[in-house]
Amino acid sequence: MSTVATVPEGTVNPYALSHLDSLESEAVHIFREVAGEFERPVILFSGGKDSIVMLHLALKAFAPAPVPFTLLHVDTGHNFPEVLEYRDRTVKKHGLRLHVASVQEYIDAGKLRERPDGTRNPLQTVPLTEAIQQHRFDAVFGGGRRDEEKARAKERVFSLRDEFSQWDPRRQRPELWQLYNGRHAPGEHVRVFPISNWTELDVWQYIEREGIELPEIYFAHEREVFDRNGMWLTAGHWGGPKEHESTETRLVRYRTVGDMSCTGAVDSDATTLDAVITEIAASRLTERGATRADDKMSEAAMEDRKREGYF
Amino acid sequence: MTTPILSAEQLSATTLLRFATAGSVDDGKSTLVGRLLHDSKSILTDQLEAVEQASLNRGQEAPDLALLTDGLRAEREQGITIDVAYRYFATARRRFILADTPGHVQYTRNMVTGASTAELAVVLVDARNGVVEQTRRHAAVAALLRVPHVVLAVNKMDLVDYAEPVFAAIAEEFTAYAASLGVPEITAIPISALAGDNVVEPSAHMDWYGGPTVLEHLETVPVSHDLTACHARFPVQYVIRPQSAEHPDYRGYAGQIAAGVFRVGEAVSVLPSGRTTTIAGIDAFGDSVDIAWAPQSVTIRLADDIDISRGDLIAPADDSPAITRDVEATVCHVADQPLSVGQRVLLKHTTRTVKAIVKDIPSRLTLDDLSQHPAPGQLVANDIGRVVVRTAEPLALDAYADSRRTGSFLLIDPADGTTLSAGMAGASFAAVAEAAAGSAADDAEWDF
Repeated sequence: MSTVATVPEGTVNPYALSHLDSLESEAVHIFREVAGEFERPVILFSGGKDSIVMLHLALKAFAPAPVPFTLLHVDTGHNFPEVLEYRDRTVKKHGLRLHVASVQEYIDAGKLRERPDGTRNPLQTVPLTEAIQQHRFDAVFGGGRRDEEKARAKERVFSLRDEFSQWDPRRQRPELWQLYNGRHAPGEHVRVFPISNWTELDVWQYIEREGIELPEIYFAHEREVFDRNGMWLTAGHWGGPKEHESTETRLVRYRTVGDMSCTGAVDSDATTLDAVITEIAASRLTERGATRADDKMSEAAMEDRKREGYF
Repeated sequence: MTTPILSAEQLSATTLLRFATAGSVDDGKSTLVGRLLHDSKSILTDQLEAVEQASLNRGQEAPDLALLTDGLRAEREQGITIDVAYRYFATARRRFILADTPGHVQYTRNMVTGASTAELAVVLVDARNGVVEQTRRHAAVAALLRVPHVVLAVNKMDLVDYAEPVFAAIAEEFTAYAASLGVPEITAIPISALAGDNVVEPSAHMDWYGGPTVLEHLETVPVSHDLTACHARFPVQYVIRPQSAEHPDYRGYAGQIAAGVFRVGEAVSVLPSGRTTTIAGIDAFGDSVDIAWAPQSVTIRLADDIDISRGDLIAPADDSPAITRDVEATVCHVADQPLSVGQRVLLKHTTRTVKAIVKDIPSRLTLDDLSQHPAPGQLVANDIGRVVVRTAEPLALDAYADSRRTGSFLLIDPADGTTLSAGMAGASFAAVAEAAAGSAADDAEWDF
């Protein structure tokens, strides 16, 4: 193969790319493919670290022009106030347009019913799907990563969804080279995952390298928490703690940011990015295993939620 | 060697290697993958506990590491791997993206998918069985997809008393076969995935082997090729025109460099129009740079205001690809519905999608023995065949052998958007397979 002349051993290759540069370039390519082929793309933006990195990549991909997409947040009604404040500040700073689909409004209108266990995570699927239909979004960027969970390890970068947002893992299109097939029928849409190949550690290193600001709850702070099923949940208006659960003040931080009813904090004294990266590199638990109650329900909890149209 | 905890500095200085594994369950592929992940500390406590619990629930005493990668309910229920699973692990030197492809179901489709982005393929054989039909199929897919580096892992050496002659005979047979298909670099390693010999740690049982372990090889194999030897190619993805007060006249062409190197001041052609101009500037996310190379995503500004849109290709003025509407290629058919002569399709090449018609399917190839079957009329799922396609508009197409990225394409069903086939323009293999040429030499249609 004439084109595979390798650089001789012992010499410095002037055309090397670090793994972060490679991942960044791949993600930017995906954003631009969507901008080139879709009419109405939207970025799912929760104010969590993965969606923050996605937005940062989108800003870079189209500079010096503005991002040609709007943002969509599914607000469970139990989101962390620090994160909502960050969300609104970010939207304003970059002059973006934000759509909010509210789980609380669905509950108030009687279209969704609160679950006995109080978690609102699975309730997001209907407001998300209806927002996609209402705004006729044809490409929906999500911050899902394949290293997060075993069902997500089987996900495509371009993932076709029917009009009910359903995912059928057996009908996925094979994805070859960097050729993404986004063809879809009217009413269908494509979920796009630009950071599919990033790990949790890659995300944190990139945040550090790029100097990206995060909501403060990602760093160690004192918080009133209580123990439920081995997780530190924040006491608050969403419904915790129950009578038999007692609260205490602990030094914690969040590894993931989601609905307060099912996102646990971890004990941590990591107040800086460097400390967070060191902590994650040494951690023997995955971020979902450490912090997400809803993934502990069954072996296929994520696959089942994804099939129904979840992120 | 792996280090359990890496510093932030170590982690940010690493490069990325994408590789694929091929082999059936019986060859010990899951054990090898499990060991690579386990010994590099990439399997975390909660994942291992979940696997142990799931294994117990189905009555298995030892944890079944295949459950780590079999992410779908149907896979776990049937005990098979249906789809390509991507796994991630890291050592002090490198980050790895592993495309773990199943051995049985939809085998060809999945291995072609995994190999399409891989810079290295690990082919496993059982030392007791040596090179079998399936091994030849693996070698053929790696050769067809032009995977630059192939590792032959001769597994279960513990079951042949770690005997050097057994390894040497298998390595020689495989290397001769793969080289005849044009695989440029083959590294054979004797291992026992179960016992851990030569996977991460060097074996204490094979003094006669002086080469690297599998992980050492993965850590040191060159990932960056000499880009100055490549044809530079830049497919335009998107035109950036802010039209803002700050940037009233900015017009940049955004894309990912598919191959080679581009420099400011270089004379370039824009294809398919053939107009020439020079590169006025290269912007990497807002910063101006003098030089950029594959696979960087950049924005190129040109000296002259010429009509350029998504789907065009920028290439050096003195090294442009041929413009053609007639595509001869090898395809792997990946859809359940067949591909037939006369079928109207869409052809997606780089950032350009055009209408096309399948003019001919001259032959179908059997990967086991490279025998070919003339005029099959259609290709069905997991078939590899030669096709002749006529496009409605011209394409700036390279031979896949020269450029994986600008020599590859998809055929898509215009009715429902299904990805039908994965195509590679030009000849199938870099060298004619001497071994197979004997029986097929008298066939005038032979062109594999």
